[in-house]
Amino acid sequence: MTTKAASIEPVREAPPLSPWTKRLLTLAALALLVGAIAYMEQPGFSPYYRRIANLAFIYVVAAVSYNLVNGVAGQFSLGPNGFMAIGGFLTTLLMLPVARKAQVFFLQPLVWPLSAFSVPESLSAGLSRLLPGGAGAALAMPLGFLVSLVAAGVAAAVGGLLVGVPSLRLRGDYLAIATFGFGEIIFVLANNLISVTNGPLGIRDIPEYANLWWTGGAAVFTVWVVQNLVNSTYGRALKAIREDEVAAEAMGIHVFTHKLLAFVVSAFFAGVAGGLLAALLTTISPSLFTFMMTFNLLIIVVLGGLGSTTGATVTAVLYAVLQEALRAVEAPMRLGPLFIPGVPGMRMVAFSLLLVLLMLFYRRGLFGRSEFTWDGAWHLTWRVARGVTRGLARVSGRAAGAARPPRGQ
Amino acid sequence: MNLSLEVIVQQLLNGISLGGLYSLLAIGYTMVYGILRLINFAHGDVFMIGAYTAFFLVGVFHLPWWISAPLTALLTALVGVTIDRAAYRPLREEPRISALITAVGVSFFIENLGLVVVGGRPRGMPVPPAFAGSYALGPFRVPGVTVWVPVLTLLLVGALLVLVYRTRAGMAMRALSRDIEATRLMGVDVDRVISYTFALGSALAAAGGIMWSFQFPQVNPLMGIYPGWKAFTAAVVGGIGNVVGAMIGGFVIGIVEIMTVGLMPHLSGYRDAFVFALLVFFLLVRPTGILGEPMKEKV
Repeated sequence: MTTKAASIEPVREAPPLSPWTKRLLTLAALALLVGAIAYMEQPGFSPYYRRIANLAFIYVVAAVSYNLVNGVAGQFSLGPNGFMAIGGFLTTLLMLPVARKAQVFFLQPLVWPLSAFSVPESLSAGLSRLLPGGAGAALAMPLGFLVSLVAAGVAAAVGGLLVGVPSLRLRGDYLAIATFGFGEIIFVLANNLISVTNGPLGIRDIPEYANLWWTGGAAVFTVWVVQNLVNSTYGRALKAIREDEVAAEAMGIHVFTHKLLAFVVSAFFAGVAGGLLAALLTTISPSLFTFMMTFNLLIIVVLGGLGSTTGATVTAVLYAVLQEALRAVEAPMRLGPLFIPGVPGMRMVAFSLLLVLLMLFYRRGLFGRSEFTWDGAWHLTWRVARGVTRGLARVSGRAAGAARPPRGQ
Repeated sequence: MNLSLEVIVQQLLNGISLGGLYSLLAIGYTMVYGILRLINFAHGDVFMIGAYTAFFLVGVFHLPWWISAPLTALLTALVGVTIDRAAYRPLREEPRISALITAVGVSFFIENLGLVVVGGRPRGMPVPPAFAGSYALGPFRVPGVTVWVPVLTLLLVGALLVLVYRTRAGMAMRALSRDIEATRLMGVDVDRVISYTFALGSALAAAGGIMWSFQFPQVNPLMGIYPGWKAFTAAVVGGIGNVVGAMIGGFVIGIVEIMTVGLMPHLSGYRDAFVFALLVFFLLVRPTGILGEPMKEKV
């Protein structure tokens, strides 16, 4: 029987994709993303869905960078909320107009250098001297936001360095506790340094700078940087450290520097994500950056498959959507004669249960450690297409089977 | 603020009382870590469940304390054992990070389920007269809680030490913390001993939870988070895996916390940061804690 099948149709592998095809496919995917963003940024598009899309992109930035430390390098860190807080507050303070700062910080004035300037205002003054007309002022806003975001990332990266140098000497559980401790210390500082963060009151009415171009751009940039890092020799070293630290050390990998690099890069993007979040929500307070934030990211990276950037990206988007979809769980329901009153907080119960069940029964996550590649996608579509055509052939063969003489022999 | 001797002694007593509560919780962390090398993130939430059980038994069902307290310990012990069986036992052979993530998930699950089931509003805890009143100790008037918590802590820890060092089950626990596989080969039912450990730790956490809600007379679903973390810090400071160390660590953390707030009231907002800074400091300088043995790195 086997020879019969082989004699009819020899199994053909998908022809390999040329590098140029892959580049074209990447460009096409990016173009598709740009088109989608342009579509969603139209004024007529539902602001609610736009908000979800924005959050999804921000989660991508945070989750992909968190995965670099937890999944790729295998260092269980519990502190990204602290780095996001640093980025969020710095972006806010750099972007807030000077006059507004005086209003917000009425209990205690803002500390000096930050109280004296606002990046877009300073840029506007400088650029309009250089560029005639309104061009300089128009450029000041986006440029100012970019500068603030980068500054937020750099500040968070410095924070990551300060936290990482002592705590990355620890391993496993101890690293988890130390990073958690640092995250909590940053949270306590944010609550108490009233002259910097306005304390538990937080800062409201931050002008809404973030839009899908920013968040989407940041997401693409993050994935690009992290993937390049993962696929470099550094990335391979990180994976070696994850598998066996002692062996990696013996192979001549400087374990500490590599871990620190991953940690600092991760902190940078966590800071950017925090900045984007502040500029999207237009309000920021320390309570936004509790351990809950870390917990969300942890669910995302575990659900996606620890170590897979593809997994982190896909589940970050899923998570943003699911978080909204699960609001239905919290709404009052009527199931026939049974009336279930709405229970606020049910979503978090569902999510924490999801995390536990995932760890117990589906620990590999959606993608395991595998990544999306054009080759992989091409082979998959090839196999699916072959399956479909064969299936069709079999069905049509069966239909015409009576007329056809038996084959073989 | 004048720093009279009286104030210092008063604060010291408060610190010892708080420290006793941390000790009771820290012992649960240290026993589980000593055997499974697992930080039981949900331990602080077990403590919360203990406090709530007592609240319902006494405040809602009006049972007398002499029934409620042992019953609470028993029920909370069951919760601890259930958590282990449902969430940790299936992952025994897996990498430790899996169990750690699961523990974080269990902790979050209990907290959020608590918020949904009993609501976020704190509720007043009925406090028995012995704890509510105050006593004259020489020149000081000391609240009943401050007197009884350290006394009860020492009694409970004493009982635990007898159990660990004078009974067969205690011997099995100590053997397990040395080498699980070898102990299994000696014919010990490992899972049963681990359940036993969780039960003991959870019962002590329940005792801590009840007394905590006497000291700060209310219960709420998130009350276990910070005591849990500080008790964990205490376990690390004392030398994780060591019961006496956990007790000492608990008293150290309690006294440090109360003293920083008492002596530097303007920094009281940073009290949690102090404790975490102490944790990080200890992890870096002496990760094995005050009484811990140096850990061998297995290759």
